[in-house]
Amino acid sequence: MTGKHGNKVVASVAEALAPLRDGMTIMCGGFGLSGNPEALIRGVVERGVRDLTLVSNNAGNLGKGLATWLKAGIIRKVICSYIGANEDLHTRMASGEVQVEITPQGTLVERMRAAGAGIPAFYTPTGVGTVVEEGKDVREFDGRRYLLERALHGDIALVRAAKCDHFGNLRFWRTARNFNPVMASAAKLSIVECDELVRNGGIDPDDVHLPGIFIHKIIHVPEHENAFEYKTTRKR
Amino acid sequence: MTYSTEDMARRAAREIPEGSLVNLGIGLPTQVADYLPEGHAWLHSENGLLGMGPFPYEGDEDPNLINAGKQTVTVLPGGSTFDSASSFAMIRGGHVDLAILGAMQVSTGGDLANWAVPGGKVMGIGGAMDLASGCRRVIAMMQHVTKKGEHKLVAKCDYPLTAVRVVSLVITDLGVFEPTGHGFRVIELAPGITHEHAVRSTGAPLI
Repeated sequence: MTGKHGNKVVASVAEALAPLRDGMTIMCGGFGLSGNPEALIRGVVERGVRDLTLVSNNAGNLGKGLATWLKAGIIRKVICSYIGANEDLHTRMASGEVQVEITPQGTLVERMRAAGAGIPAFYTPTGVGTVVEEGKDVREFDGRRYLLERALHGDIALVRAAKCDHFGNLRFWRTARNFNPVMASAAKLSIVECDELVRNGGIDPDDVHLPGIFIHKIIHVPEHENAFEYKTTRKR
Repeated sequence: MTYSTEDMARRAAREIPEGSLVNLGIGLPTQVADYLPEGHAWLHSENGLLGMGPFPYEGDEDPNLINAGKQTVTVLPGGSTFDSASSFAMIRGGHVDLAILGAMQVSTGGDLANWAVPGGKVMGIGGAMDLASGCRRVIAMMQHVTKKGEHKLVAKCDYPLTAVRVVSLVITDLGVFEPTGHGFRVIELAPGITHEHAVRSTGAPLI
């Protein structure tokens, strides 16, 4: 099959990222380093674009993952929920090199869910009476106050899945799912980096976590670093 | 003697009803899990995990099975994993019975400040605002005063707010306190802590 939902599997990261342009809004899956599309993240740096707006929960950590985009100086703005120990972002925010929009995590993901679902804005109780309320419409429903939040659209979503078939039906592993499926729904072009690529039918329809309608390009990357952020254990 | 962090975690665990669904915040609240009897409650982690278990045995760590503090964890039988939108729907939708959260300031009105220090490095909001405004009940855990001795139980928060009128109980190293609107009701004091000590350490009337 050819056409938009025809042959989605591409042979290289460079081919997958061919539509990437300066100034685009890029959504990148992951909670910290967990569930990062590692090869696509590297590929964006190698491509040499600039002035990107990055939507990501953390924008990297420990110098890894999306912190490499910050080091490469290709980001103009970050929309995230948490900076934490990401020193690469702290320094660039302090110097004014990168503009940072901090959003409550549930609002961040719901803004993208709304974008993917064709909803332009929604009311949420999160952030009422805080700095998040500033400049936003507030409305009372049934005696409780809510903020109006706008949908957040992306040009390209970079997502990571454990398993993918040729149509782009996805399965995720454990907490690596996080923002990945919602980001795939919120961008004009969604590229998945999968650990395992299977034939159509290789995932039972009832076991699909994200239907392939939200995926436009597939790159198969069997090997990943899967870095630990904080390895915590108990004794046997 | 003040409560140790272990005492505080043990005390917080007693606030968790059997069969309830609970989110434990990053830092001190995470330790509360150590004092819960096995099978007592279901733990939710906002990165997309329900039925969170203890830290894994050495050698069993999975970098893609983590809690909201990005520490490696396990999942118990009956547990599930899901995307961030579903996870925050559980929180915002009022399906999580209780959140136990770290705090920087709590006001007599139950306002919570726990994400930024004025003039300090901004760490970000993360899931704090959603948890504080979405969970059915919110308990705050913190040291009673700052390292410089400044009050943290106050009449009005001057740190950036996380949510308004949400905290129903505060557990500190000096005891357990309930915001009542005009002051803090003393539920209990740590052994050997005098009422005068608690009054001196609190920036609002104790009742």
